[in-house]
Amino acid sequence: MTSSLVSEELQPGPAPSPPRPVNGLAGLGLVLGVLATLVMVKAAMMVRDYNHDGTVSTAVGVVLVVVSLYPWYVAFQAFRQGRERARLLADDQLVAARRVAATGREEAFISMGWAAATLIVAMLILFVFANGGGVASTFFNISDIKVSFHAILKAFWTNIWVACVSEVLVLVLGLLVAIVRMLPGRAGAPLRAIAVLYCDVFRAIPAIVVLTLIVFGLPLTGVKFFQSINSVWLGIFALTLTYTSYVSEVYRAGLSSIHPSQSAAARSLGLSYSQTLRTVLVPQAVRRVIPPLLNDFISLQKDTALLSVVGIAEALQVAGLYEAKYFNLSPIAVVAGLFIVITIPQARFVDYLIERDAKRRVGAS
Amino acid sequence: MAFLEIDEVHKSYGHHEVLKGVTLNVERHEVVCLIGASGSGKSTLLRCVNALEDIQSGTIRIEGDTVTGAGVDLNALRRDVGIVFQSYNLFPHMSVIDNVMLAPTRVGGISKAEARERGMGLLESVGMSDKAQSYPDMLSGGQQQRVAIVRALAMQPRVMLLDEITAALDPELVGDVLEIVRELAHGGLTMLLATHEMGFAKEVASQVCFLDAGQILERGPAQQIFEDPQEERTQQFLSRVVKSGRL
Repeated sequence: MTSSLVSEELQPGPAPSPPRPVNGLAGLGLVLGVLATLVMVKAAMMVRDYNHDGTVSTAVGVVLVVVSLYPWYVAFQAFRQGRERARLLADDQLVAARRVAATGREEAFISMGWAAATLIVAMLILFVFANGGGVASTFFNISDIKVSFHAILKAFWTNIWVACVSEVLVLVLGLLVAIVRMLPGRAGAPLRAIAVLYCDVFRAIPAIVVLTLIVFGLPLTGVKFFQSINSVWLGIFALTLTYTSYVSEVYRAGLSSIHPSQSAAARSLGLSYSQTLRTVLVPQAVRRVIPPLLNDFISLQKDTALLSVVGIAEALQVAGLYEAKYFNLSPIAVVAGLFIVITIPQARFVDYLIERDAKRRVGAS
Repeated sequence: MAFLEIDEVHKSYGHHEVLKGVTLNVERHEVVCLIGASGSGKSTLLRCVNALEDIQSGTIRIEGDTVTGAGVDLNALRRDVGIVFQSYNLFPHMSVIDNVMLAPTRVGGISKAEARERGMGLLESVGMSDKAQSYPDMLSGGQQQRVAIVRALAMQPRVMLLDEITAALDPELVGDVLEIVRELAHGGLTMLLATHEMGFAKEVASQVCFLDAGQILERGPAQQIFEDPQEERTQQFLSRVVKSGRL
């Protein structure tokens, strides 16, 4: 072989790389740390003033300021590594100097990270206690919360009830629409078209518009059934219509993400189209779409607050009455809190499900 | 009348013609190997026999009954014709035994207990019974392919199609899988297999067909094809295979 794949000339070795600088980064960390502490001192003073120099608030303020000193400590550690680096470099110990420099830079970054986080927390405190605690008393007025909490919580059950019923309906109908959209052949074409039209229309209309049209509109048609039915059920109907169109898209994405070879394998064993769908495609698709599905469900839960615009006594509607009465937004903040409380566990639950599924399939038996 | 008759089959994807009039007869208990370069139409031919692909013209008959075109009960056909794929295609959400039991219970109409018993027996005979409760992702490629073969056998097919079933396996796992195929061949199962394992083809095949650009260019007993190929293309193909150390 005359034309060789490997170059004749050996590649020249690189020059040994010098240790990277430390002191600049450490300095930046220290500056950020000092800034964060200054803002934190100001915030702690405001907390104390707002609580009329109470012992507890003073203690809290002191703790906050002390904690804000942590980035200083780490930055000084970084400076120390910087000095060590200089000493080793002067001593011609290149590798050791590089190692010390790497540690020092890591510490400098840690101090910056903590300082930035401290700064954000301090600024939040500043915001809440600005204008002599204006924000605190507007959103978190304890007495207004006490007065309204019970009624809001009771009304919140309506939100939960509507969300649960709609979710079950959406879960089933969404899959149905997705399957109809994937019906094969010319026989399926008309139904496919209807499913596509439905999805296009109801994904286009804002949920609040669908709600208004259905909850106010259907009883006005004079049809006896719609007049006799509770408006909460009409609300459920409206939300289901809207969300089924979203969720069917999620299912469809899941179904089409299953590799065609799975379907080929099932069909090759003699399973019919519907058996393949039921035993092979849907179970795999559902597992894959659980996270996006849950996102849509969280959306749905939150949109139950829209029922307030059609006069259904759910949490936001009730909280609105208190808000108007006391001219204070704390009752609305209570509604926000309730939604947070029910949403976060669900997010964690889905994380758990995903992890368990992954473990069961890939991990040791 | 041959057991499986493939008669002048044409298959195209759009304007690209993959099979250009393939005619092939497989007698009962015969093992026919399809060899040829990638893209020569081996896999497509197998998928057509199983009706996973439509054909544009020609007919395929099993025991004299036409199984292509309109009006054929595809699900019944596929009960008779098993296929094993290169990429195993096990169902990842089911345990090994559930993979094996799915078709016998859903399609074959036998009870779960009976299907389980039969499935465990088959798994036992390929040395996989201790993995019955495992999921496919926990198995090696060779183990997955053995399960895939058992899954197809569980329907007691009258003919098996094997589509390059060792092509995706690590070299040291190929032997286990081929051993099973060898056993099936000796047991008298009718098989049509596409393969790159020339040594194996030489050993088990009663007939070898060389496919080139969608046509069967040369056919005959394994010895004749491998040792005295007549066509120039066959000679080229085999000399390349020898160069790559596969024969």
